[in-house]
Amino acid sequence: MKAFTKSHFAIASAAALFATASVASSHATKSSNADVAARHMMMEVVAKNMGILGSTAKGEIAFNAGLVQSAAGGINMLAKIDPTSLWTEGTEQGAADLSRAKTEIWSDPAGFAQKFEDMATASAVLMGAEDLDALRAGMGPLGGACKACHESYRGPKN
Amino acid sequence: MGAWFLSAPAPLTPDFATGHQPDVGQGEKIFIAAGCASCHAAPEATEAQKQILAGGHAFASDFGTFYAPNISAGPNGIGAWTLPEFARAVTAGVSPTGQHYYPAFPYAAYQHMAETDVADLFAYMQNLPVSDTPDKPHDVGFPFNIRRALGLWKVLFVKKDFVLTQVQTPEIERGRYLVEGLAHCGECHTPRNILGGLDRGAWLSGAPNPSSKGRIPNITPGALTWSEADLIYYFESGLTPDYDSAGGSMTAVIDKLAQLPESDRAAIVAYLKAVPALP
Repeated sequence: MKAFTKSHFAIASAAALFATASVASSHATKSSNADVAARHMMMEVVAKNMGILGSTAKGEIAFNAGLVQSAAGGINMLAKIDPTSLWTEGTEQGAADLSRAKTEIWSDPAGFAQKFEDMATASAVLMGAEDLDALRAGMGPLGGACKACHESYRGPKN
Repeated sequence: MGAWFLSAPAPLTPDFATGHQPDVGQGEKIFIAAGCASCHAAPEATEAQKQILAGGHAFASDFGTFYAPNISAGPNGIGAWTLPEFARAVTAGVSPTGQHYYPAFPYAAYQHMAETDVADLFAYMQNLPVSDTPDKPHDVGFPFNIRRALGLWKVLFVKKDFVLTQVQTPEIERGRYLVEGLAHCGECHTPRNILGGLDRGAWLSGAPNPSSKGRIPNITPGALTWSEADLIYYFESGLTPDYDSAGGSMTAVIDKLAQLPESDRAAIVAYLKAVPALP
């Protein structure tokens, strides 16, 4: 067996640093429940893509139609994941580590699914945004979709 | 005997806003900024129903549960009220029959309202839909059910002065009017003493959430370090600098702030940057 060399150690620590750095600061701890961790990461990816759209809307980065299309497209793809595959039974806030899922997700599955459809619809509109004005106009319904779902289906911080 | 006098309700001001021609359009802006519908619309009201101020929304507290009354433009609401009665209710927390209101109603904030704003608001509200829903009695036990005692509570804890006494710019002054007055942010974001009075020395530094788990955050510069641009954007969109989206109680607030002119959002931010930084 090859000896464990310095370069192995260097690569391993770099990989560990990269792994921790790539988790965004809003979820510094990963849930021990796999479904909760997976959907938190999904929302992190939504947030990354929202960041591209929001930075453009705020004027922090120049409007780039291709970038806007791919960011909105990413959100659109995630909105189409079947939510029941991630929001599984028994993972509500209090029952699963770090979960903020309200029980309304399971008592009102049609309402919950509708929120994902609203996210898909709003992001699809942004995929076609041709200029900054169109982007700004489209951010309202998309931000509103985020807010509406969180208001009804996400509990307070743990 | 002294307590009886100290706790007496404020008298009516019969010549309130005399000579002012009410502006219903301005009244609508006040209605949005003051957030009346957020508390007084029926609990499960849809967007379209938010203008029906039927009451019934429950507010849990250390003193019991309060239920928002019907304030629609009908006999079960404020339809028969006069402007002086409305003004005293909103700015002094006293009902038309001379009873003190519980401070779940933020009259300590609304006391700062300009007379013309109160008059415009009243005019706007008289045009809103009528609801027949009767008021649900508060679920408050002894001794907190003695309304007269609220007169003493007001003497002890409702101060006429603004918290931020020095304002360096007109923008901060406008922000103070919105934050300490209409938008009544301090009611949630400021801790309270054991009798429920606001701790003005800890203004906006956060408080336990009375109705659920978690904490209402500190929004002084000691904890809130977002840039002005990020804060203004948050008040418009609900999106944080990390692109998380506001949920829970702040969604109703942001719905209202998003409808105000951008200069008002900027004024609120200017005020938040000017208050004492607390850890």
